[in-house]
Amino acid sequence: MKKLLFLLLALPTAAFASGASVHLDHAPVNLNDQESLQRGARVFVNYCLSCHSAGYMRYNRMEDIGLTEAQIKDNLLYAAEKPGELMHVAMRTADAKSWFGAPPPDLSVITRSRGADWVYTYLRGFYRDDTRPTGWNNTVFDKVGMPHVLHELQGQLVPVYHTMQGEDGKPHHAIERFELVKPGKVTLAEYDAMVGDLVNYLDWMGEPAKSKRMTTGLFVLLFLGVFFIIAFYLKKDYWKGLH
Amino acid sequence: MEKLLNWVDERFPLTASYKAHLSEYYAPKNFNFWYFFGSLAMLVLVIQIVTGIFLTMHYKPDAQLAFASVEYIMRDVDFGWLIRYIHSTGASMFFVVVYLHMFRGLIYGSYRRPRELIWLFGVIIYLVLMGEAFMGYLLPWGQMSYWGAQVIVNLFSAVPFIGGALSEWIRGDYVIGDATLNRFFAFHVIALPMVLLGLVVAHLVALHEVGSNNPDGIEIKKLKGEDGHPLDGIPFHPYYSVKDILGVVVFLIVFAAIVFFAPEMGGYFLEANNFIPADSLKTPEHIAPVWYFTPYYAILRAIPPLFGSQFPGVAAMGVAVLIFFVLPWLDKSPVKSIRYRGPKFKIALTLFVIAFVGLGVLGILPSTPTYTLIARILSVVYFAFFLLMPWYTKNDSTKPVPERVTQ
Repeated sequence: MKKLLFLLLALPTAAFASGASVHLDHAPVNLNDQESLQRGARVFVNYCLSCHSAGYMRYNRMEDIGLTEAQIKDNLLYAAEKPGELMHVAMRTADAKSWFGAPPPDLSVITRSRGADWVYTYLRGFYRDDTRPTGWNNTVFDKVGMPHVLHELQGQLVPVYHTMQGEDGKPHHAIERFELVKPGKVTLAEYDAMVGDLVNYLDWMGEPAKSKRMTTGLFVLLFLGVFFIIAFYLKKDYWKGLH
Repeated sequence: MEKLLNWVDERFPLTASYKAHLSEYYAPKNFNFWYFFGSLAMLVLVIQIVTGIFLTMHYKPDAQLAFASVEYIMRDVDFGWLIRYIHSTGASMFFVVVYLHMFRGLIYGSYRRPRELIWLFGVIIYLVLMGEAFMGYLLPWGQMSYWGAQVIVNLFSAVPFIGGALSEWIRGDYVIGDATLNRFFAFHVIALPMVLLGLVVAHLVALHEVGSNNPDGIEIKKLKGEDGHPLDGIPFHPYYSVKDILGVVVFLIVFAAIVFFAPEMGGYFLEANNFIPADSLKTPEHIAPVWYFTPYYAILRAIPPLFGSQFPGVAAMGVAVLIFFVLPWLDKSPVKSIRYRGPKFKIALTLFVIAFVGLGVLGILPSTPTYTLIARILSVVYFAFFLLMPWYTKNDSTKPVPERVTQ
């Protein structure tokens, strides 16, 4: 009986886990690493923010990750005039639609909808595919509309296919591994670290209040713990006369 | 001070009400764990109303602005993230508490004579709460909000003849849109909360009229002492007020742990897809309602269509909820509490719990032929629990009920 209940409760987690058919790499998210968050912010502003907005996020919120208003103004404010502005893009939605097929999504809460691991794997999953109009495809997002914006840094990966017998008896092509045919400005390890910083920043940006939430939570639980002891003895004292 | 109190009492029954409902409301002394959830449900209602008022100050019920205004609350409003998470967690915890409260009624026969009306008011509260939660879920205007509402409102179009017009009338448009968002907002923040508060008052007035049931299912009013108070009763205040404070603190510890450390609750309280703004052109691959509706959603999907119409499933889903209304008249057992019931009821109740939880799990999962088969079996069990109740409760081998409550 208990086993059955356990099985019923365990089922949905198992099903959610199997829903992601592609293997996702673990993103090195650490919201306490301010230097990583600042590096990620720079990558985000330099590379992502030209097409993707973060329309719910204000530039000056980056003071939370250790930047001063002057630093934000001098280094990160390309598309806006005041640090209090939201991170919008200049690109018109109609243009974006005709260039990429769909307007690039807003990235304010992208790690909350996709998960940090997905974004981390996605940004490292671009490979050359001449059948695509952009010349790029992606391991976790098949037929993606976005070209590999960071290819100058990462270099160009070309898939090496191997043929295998499918369940239907016909041969199928599957990607076996990737070859770096054209090295980028940085090594693959450096590229991974850079994407790690970027995803760390995106995760922070998805919920800037997260760290504050956790520390507040500790105090709240501590208070409730003390309250519990008082409430426990109060109840005991009132009830001791009953039999 | 006393003069002031006298002045008030001559004009308003303040002291009398205080006595009738708190200091001289005699409740059975053997309440156990299951009796915390009534007061907790009221606590959650208050939490939802208070946080809801603050959310309303910053939220914009406009299809163009709604999603952004929620993120504005999460980022730019002082402690907005806290208010929003308390409200979203409160919605799910409301159902946790209400389901446990209803289960308490099932195991101790609290719906039986003379408490049928308390139960009926309770079931109406449950229904209104479902509407309240459903409409509130549309307001963040994310993909799950949008498509969840689309699926549920479309159910009404399965009603024969008037279905199409009916669902259009509910939406105020051909698809879920700005008009729907506005009317759901109106219902969520004013109409249904008002109904809910009135029903809670009725629920409590009826309860205090007949007195609380207890884990033994004994009427404590039958045995009164020389002072005219029930021998097994104790005044609600201070005994149960201090005990409920303890329950409240434990509940708040769980509540705070979720709000501060897992507000999404692994995607069950806040779904990942709801962080994508509503898009009427992009249907999500898998639309699942929030966890508290999934048992009924599973029943809906389990029932096969008839002549290409989904109406049988929709009707079954409706009946699955409404059947709680007739429970007091289905139970023919001479005893109330599970403590003195026989094996037949215990087996039936166990199967019912398995069916309810199992359907809840299946409602979250995408349907496959195997899952549909299991959902069909569990749906039959669900309805059999109610429909066969007159028989299995009548000839069950019950134990004798003691005169006084046991500790």
